[in-house]
Amino acid sequence: MPDPQPDALEAAAPWADVAGADVAGAEVVSGAGATVLRLEGVSVSFGDRLVLDEVGFSVDRGEFVGIIGANGSGKTTIFRVVLGLLAPDAGRVIRPRRHIGYVPQKVAIDPDTPIRARDLVTLGIDGERYGVRLPSAARRARVDEMLDAVGAGPFADARVGTLSGGELQRVLIAHALVGDPQLLIMDEPLANLDIKSGHEIVELVARLTHERGLAVLLSAHDMNALLPHMDRVVYLADGRAVSGTTGEVVRSDVLSELYRYPVRVLDVDGTIVVVGGHDVRVR
Amino acid sequence: MTGFFGSGPVHVALAAGAVTAIVSGVVGVFVVVRGQSFAGHALADLSTLGGSGAFLANVNPLWGFVGVGAVIAGAMELFGVQRRRGRDVATGVVLGAVLGLSALLLYFDTTSTSTTGATITVLFGSLFAASPSAVPEMVALAAVGVVALAFVYRPLLLSSVHPELASARGVPVRTIAFGFLVLVGVTVSLTSMVVGTILSPALLIGPAATALRLSKRPPVAMAFSAGIGLVATWSGVALSYASYRWPPAHAGWPISFFIVAIVFLTFLCVEVPGRLRRPSAPEAG
Repeated sequence: MPDPQPDALEAAAPWADVAGADVAGAEVVSGAGATVLRLEGVSVSFGDRLVLDEVGFSVDRGEFVGIIGANGSGKTTIFRVVLGLLAPDAGRVIRPRRHIGYVPQKVAIDPDTPIRARDLVTLGIDGERYGVRLPSAARRARVDEMLDAVGAGPFADARVGTLSGGELQRVLIAHALVGDPQLLIMDEPLANLDIKSGHEIVELVARLTHERGLAVLLSAHDMNALLPHMDRVVYLADGRAVSGTTGEVVRSDVLSELYRYPVRVLDVDGTIVVVGGHDVRVR
Repeated sequence: MTGFFGSGPVHVALAAGAVTAIVSGVVGVFVVVRGQSFAGHALADLSTLGGSGAFLANVNPLWGFVGVGAVIAGAMELFGVQRRRGRDVATGVVLGAVLGLSALLLYFDTTSTSTTGATITVLFGSLFAASPSAVPEMVALAAVGVVALAFVYRPLLLSSVHPELASARGVPVRTIAFGFLVLVGVTVSLTSMVVGTILSPALLIGPAATALRLSKRPPVAMAFSAGIGLVATWSGVALSYASYRWPPAHAGWPISFFIVAIVFLTFLCVEVPGRLRRPSAPEAG
């Protein structure tokens, strides 16, 4: 496919496969799939505070991309921009026309809320529509299939408020995916999970990414659970981002430049640790 | 009992009570799920102003309740004061001021029109005194309420479970919340006609809270809630009719007392065994 002009790209969205300029020079656009999501030079300020500073990255079909950053680094703001809930002050966002599957951060549902897992997944099909919905066997089969795909079959009829963190994540993923979106975004899905459930959720999402040709953007403050599955990483610090494969980004020199502070990336028995301090010499 | 079923005021009471129980049952489920019981209480207190003003203007109190209820509900949503933890002091001050104004109007009701019944009617309701002409109006309002709720059911349900999930799907969460609170205002107007403004939250919240203990499916919970409200209201009418032979005054006990008592006893019957079965269950917020 020829490189369209930037304006034509927006018109041709979804899906021109375009190599573009990026912020930190580390982004590599995979030639494999079509681009599902693309941010170019996106800046957002709240008052005087610059929350996102010319953030750019893209997510292709079939790709699992992790947004890594500390609390307050701008992860949730990126998601709000991607969802169209927040208009950036500068930059361009190319996003799917079909709706985006979204799993918000810290979903807490009262145990008395009269919603079963299956009801929440059904609302993933038509929750935004008005009027009365008639029962449909096809819809029910689709919901059952989705519940099975995420391993939520055994608690399909339980109230969502009574589920464990890992079970609720599965149901929320089913809710997000049952509408067959091109892009799934998950805001800190591992924050409230124990280590085992966290690994299970990451494996589930990685499997769905490849099975369904989804584009997945998932945020976390610790990258280690994602390392085996991430195709690419968007590393955020103070609203600035650098993206690429983990090998390209998670390096002492790249992250020191991003943090504008000397940091060192250490590999401790396969676990990546990023440490900083003025006595650390940058490689 | 031929006297009971042959009585015109009883027919009015049964009809007005039934439509009110149904609409407050279904709306109440969403009020409880959304954690807006406080808004229901505040709306009921504030609609006293409408009821007492309507008496003074010699208008059907229903329209006073509806007008003030809907306007105040909209204002509450705009200023975000309906949430329990939101703007506590502002809400308290405004509630106090409006109740003070209501007290003034009620005073004028009783002094200038010399109808001492106005206070009782507004605060405690008096279904037997409701005019038959109010019934079609109440039925119409209730029907509008139920149809409106059916229309917004899915977006409202999703935004009640989690507003962010709803807004990510393009649901106008704030507009829906605004419309819903106006609907609560209209519903509270109807329950105020049946049990008065002081007790109307009991009819809005009680059956719904009980029903939510009984079913984990919203449509089923709504059916239970409407059913509990209906049984309580009709039993209240029957018991009140029977109580004309009771002490102390042989003047009949108020319907609202019986309705609220039955609603509360039903809640206890469902809640207490549940608590005993799971004594360490965390307090539902």
